[in-house]
Amino acid sequence: MVRTVKGVLGEKLGMTQVWDDNNRVVPVTVIKAGPCVVTQVRTPAADGYSAIQLGFGAIDPRKVNKPDAGHFGKAGVTPRRHVAELRTEDASEYTVGQEIGADTFAAGDVIDVTGTSKGKGFAGVMKRHGFSGVGASHGAHRNHRKPGSIGGASTPGRVFKGLRMAGRMGNERVTTQGLVVHAVDAERGLLLVKGAVPGPKGGLLMIRGAVKGAAQEVSA
Amino acid sequence: MQSLDFIDAASLRDDLPAFRPGDTVKVHVKVVEGNKSRVQVFQGVVIARSGDGIRETFKVRKISYGVGVERTFPVHTPIIEKVELVSRGDVRRAKLYYLRALRGKAAKIRERRDNVPKKS
Repeated sequence: MVRTVKGVLGEKLGMTQVWDDNNRVVPVTVIKAGPCVVTQVRTPAADGYSAIQLGFGAIDPRKVNKPDAGHFGKAGVTPRRHVAELRTEDASEYTVGQEIGADTFAAGDVIDVTGTSKGKGFAGVMKRHGFSGVGASHGAHRNHRKPGSIGGASTPGRVFKGLRMAGRMGNERVTTQGLVVHAVDAERGLLLVKGAVPGPKGGLLMIRGAVKGAAQEVSA
Repeated sequence: MQSLDFIDAASLRDDLPAFRPGDTVKVHVKVVEGNKSRVQVFQGVVIARSGDGIRETFKVRKISYGVGVERTFPVHTPIIEKVELVSRGDVRRAKLYYLRALRGKAAKIRERRDNVPKKS
């Protein structure tokens, strides 16, 4: 199911707080959204689906390899650091070379923000999966943060696949849904989004109209 | 966080007097009741300032009908109409939480007197 989606690429600048009209503190994430440029328009006829390809971020032209340079050259735009596609039904309304900025969104819009979460390294089960661990006392011996039992004995005689254990955590694609745009500063290309978004400062973000926005309006 | 100073600059206010823990202040707070707004005064001793920049807050303690009341205000909140400095206190700590255990004359703070009279 493809729907009409607004979207823009951006960079997380960090979090701060502002006051709203009711003088309440609002925690906001500041995102530098855009300027993005449409580098390609995917059409059902040529590609089998409709989408727009967005380029974002400055890059040293000497560091662009030949295939990428050719791709950007074909679109007639300067090379960009990041390229991402946005699946949307109204892709044909966009033209190659078109600029997309923070003014795509307005204050009050409900959005989804996708980014790469901060890497936590090799993390234990308490941090990674929220296990309760083992008691602090009552004779617990050097196993306070261990998972406990991981299965039966000779039946089944093995550990089930997919059992949650310690391992690499974070540094994965995460989408936070249903965030609200608090304010838009089109002049500086900034979005102030209420709440937190995935990833470190300086991380690349894809900001899209909310998948579940319509459902929220019904319930609200 | 310094990179976001330009966002905070819009909310920072510079119209408040310089005050520090130990000082007695009158905080004029805007109170909204229904669609009417009025100003309420909260007078007490500043017992702490914490945080920095836009997130900075201060705690004011007063004794109301024999009950200790503490209120924490963000320094830069728009609900504060103004802050009046009533008197400056002579204290040697940044956090005056020991006042909570004291009452009456023991909870009194000496007024700070500068040797060199200076208009601040």
